[in-house]
Amino acid sequence: MKSLEELKAIRNKMQGQVGLRAEDHNHTRVVVGMATCGIASGARPVLNALSTLVQEKGLTGKVAVTQTGCIGLCQYEPIVEVMEPGKQKITYIKMNADKAAEIVERHLIGGHVVEEYTLNSADIK
Amino acid sequence: MMTELSLNVLDVAENSTRAGASLVQITIDADTLSDQLTITIADDGCGMTPEQTAQVTDPFFTSRTTRKVGLGVPFFKYAAEAAGGSFSIESQLGIGTTVKAVFVLSHIDRMPLGDITSTIHTLVVYHPETDFLYEYCYNGQSFTLDTREFKEVLEGAPFDTPEISQYIKDYLTENKLEADKGAVY
Repeated sequence: MKSLEELKAIRNKMQGQVGLRAEDHNHTRVVVGMATCGIASGARPVLNALSTLVQEKGLTGKVAVTQTGCIGLCQYEPIVEVMEPGKQKITYIKMNADKAAEIVERHLIGGHVVEEYTLNSADIK
Repeated sequence: MMTELSLNVLDVAENSTRAGASLVQITIDADTLSDQLTITIADDGCGMTPEQTAQVTDPFFTSRTTRKVGLGVPFFKYAAEAAGGSFSIESQLGIGTTVKAVFVLSHIDRMPLGDITSTIHTLVVYHPETDFLYEYCYNGQSFTLDTREFKEVLEGAPFDTPEISQYIKDYLTENKLEADKGAVY
């Protein structure tokens, strides 16, 4: 049985570190659509992959992963939006956990938009 | 349609957070003897009028204005009724909403529960302003997760810090395993 004592220990270890996180307006925001449409098409593993990788790669100081409701493009779900301060919003469509890992590696770390997964590159009729 | 029941739970509980709930209670109760799985999601959000409550299981009703369909609740209802179960939604304006779905465990058309741990983890970590009381019970063996207890210990440290997020995941995983001994259903 996992106890609250363990949580207390984590809290004590963290004391003093909490203030180190970057301010919100400096953060790159990564937003995952989590309405019925997103969830049904697989947004939960995408969100989990993104947040796990952002933590593992030590990006929590500059990247915030959050969720939102229906983005309004249900047919393209799961959708991930990347909003970097001072840059145009990038909308990635039809995501899965593997593609999300690529976004972390190439876009969030490497700084290059993964064009082939963007809404812009989709053949919209 | 959702591929597992835990995704329905995530979807319906998202509605609770959007209804401004301060506490969302989620209960999963599986009992192999009575062959029943009961899932309850109860919130103290803004609630609905009797008219809205009556319409909400209709896929062509939604409270949002962007389009005319709302499939979350109908999906959940369908999942229960297709599995020999029942579904109810009760709501009072200003008081809150309770959704309850009952499934026949051994029914061939019952969707698997799926990754309920991920669902609860996602809800807890991404809705720090909402409190969750999660109860998981398998054949009488149960555990609870109460974010109000966590918050008391953490004194303001956020749930989405890596160590705490991992603790929450481990808490859910380990305690579930202890309760259901790894049963897959």
